[in-house]
Amino acid sequence: MEPQELEKDAVVGKLRQWDAQAVAEVLEFRGEITLVLHRKHLRAMAEYLATEPSLRFSFLSDITTVDRFPMEPRFEVNYHLLSFDLTKRLRLKVRLAGDDVVIPSVIAVWPTANWHERENFDLFGIRFEGHPDLSRILLPDDWEGHPLRKDYPTEGHR
Amino acid sequence: MGDAEFIAAAAAATIDTAAGPAQPMVLNMGPQHPSTHGVLRVILELDGETVLKARPVIGYLHTGIEKSCESKTYSQCITLTDRIDYLAPLSNNLCFCLAAEKLIGLEVPKRAQYIRVLLTELTRITSHLVWLGTHAIDLGAMSVFLYCFREREEIMKIYEYVSGQRMMTSYFRIGGLALEPPPDLLDRVRRVVDAMPGHIDEYETLLTENRIWMGRTKGIGILKPEDAIAMGASGPMLRGSGIAYDTRKAFPYCSYEEFDFNIPTQTAGDCYARYQVRVAEMRESLKIIRQAMEKIPSQGPFRAEAPGIIPPSREEMKASIEGLIYHFKIFTEGFAPPPGEVYQVIESPRGELGVFMASDGSAKPYRVKFRTPSFVNLQTLSKLAEGRLIADVVACIGTTDIVLGEVDR
Repeated sequence: MEPQELEKDAVVGKLRQWDAQAVAEVLEFRGEITLVLHRKHLRAMAEYLATEPSLRFSFLSDITTVDRFPMEPRFEVNYHLLSFDLTKRLRLKVRLAGDDVVIPSVIAVWPTANWHERENFDLFGIRFEGHPDLSRILLPDDWEGHPLRKDYPTEGHR
Repeated sequence: MGDAEFIAAAAAATIDTAAGPAQPMVLNMGPQHPSTHGVLRVILELDGETVLKARPVIGYLHTGIEKSCESKTYSQCITLTDRIDYLAPLSNNLCFCLAAEKLIGLEVPKRAQYIRVLLTELTRITSHLVWLGTHAIDLGAMSVFLYCFREREEIMKIYEYVSGQRMMTSYFRIGGLALEPPPDLLDRVRRVVDAMPGHIDEYETLLTENRIWMGRTKGIGILKPEDAIAMGASGPMLRGSGIAYDTRKAFPYCSYEEFDFNIPTQTAGDCYARYQVRVAEMRESLKIIRQAMEKIPSQGPFRAEAPGIIPPSREEMKASIEGLIYHFKIFTEGFAPPPGEVYQVIESPRGELGVFMASDGSAKPYRVKFRTPSFVNLQTLSKLAEGRLIADVVACIGTTDIVLGEVDR
């Protein structure tokens, strides 16, 4: 799809109406829409998407990170949302620099984010600000490093 | 707060009891406990036999499958997906293959799609049978377990017949199926499908109106619909709370839009409601299987035509130079999808199974994330169990239908 066509998407239009600056970029691949935004807009936009009666993205499927090492900004945190009312999925993407991996927590909007954020902290070292219990979830508490980062060695002794 | 801090905080707390202020008791349930279905550990803070707080601790079965995928070609990853949810291997195969097909932009022949539907619905039945058997045995009904495993065995034989493997099938491949299905597959499936409704009635006579069963599951582990959505619960957990959401209907894949079936729901949101939903789902799956058997053409390609991505047939490989080159290239270096990211969702027996796949244009996935329903559904355990008795914790773990391989990946 062309960029102008993407702007016509109902969700994108609604978000532009709400805050013209919040969505930095709209991407489309294989029919999936991704909204790129700065982390400073994340909390407010999450709140809006989840509660706005005409959107109601009330279901957070997943939070996952991609490490683009050695590119900068290195991390991409993806939020996969689902709206039962619209039967529509949406991906939010926040890019984070390698030396500043802080992002606001969305637990207040979607309580399910709790474990997802712990997992991203555990495996990528992303720090979710405002998380009540940001501890490792899959690995032991005394584990060193974050294994899903691309610079984590895949062989040899730790 | 790590687990150690949780235990320390529980040990430092005081509670009011009839005999005056006292310390709550901290009890470790698992990771070696028969009713935790594997290696789940739950730290319980107890007042007598009442659960004040429950904290699930996971990761004992973490095998780093997502990291392993990054160093394998797309086709090689399929064998790892079997091992995520080992009770529903074909659902995992399917989700991974669909994600890769979406990334490449590949159309799968109808015949392969219907066979995929047939086998994944059989998978739903086997998975629910294991759930029913183990859930019942956890709550003291031994005989149900024996019946369920008897029928499961018949379906496992079909898996073996079709793919050569009982559990780690890897039968779905990117673009279609691994092998031409055997000619009398449908006869075998029909035998199982014809016998199944009677067997399901049998389980229901043992449980549905059984007073002990009702006493152990009714009103236990209640999940309100708004909590279910907020906690990201999916599958029977969500439908047992009255929300008629099913990925097969909302975002059809594999031609599910051509099938006629209902979404069973219950509004009570307790363990009994989820039991009813799962039993009804088995009957719906049988309906889908019957329709799929009608639709599957006896002849036709079982995988897509895509030179360079789908391996050529054995004959083609031996007879043509292109076939030989493609064969060699696919099995030595794999194939490279265009750069991009996709998120593919299917309705696995446990709920919404998602695969997020990012490609950088090389032959290996740059990142694969499995959004597993068990992991997310397990998060509701604290909500289900708190304020109840220890015996109810067992019912609550059973009713979430977790597979630890899937929780920890």
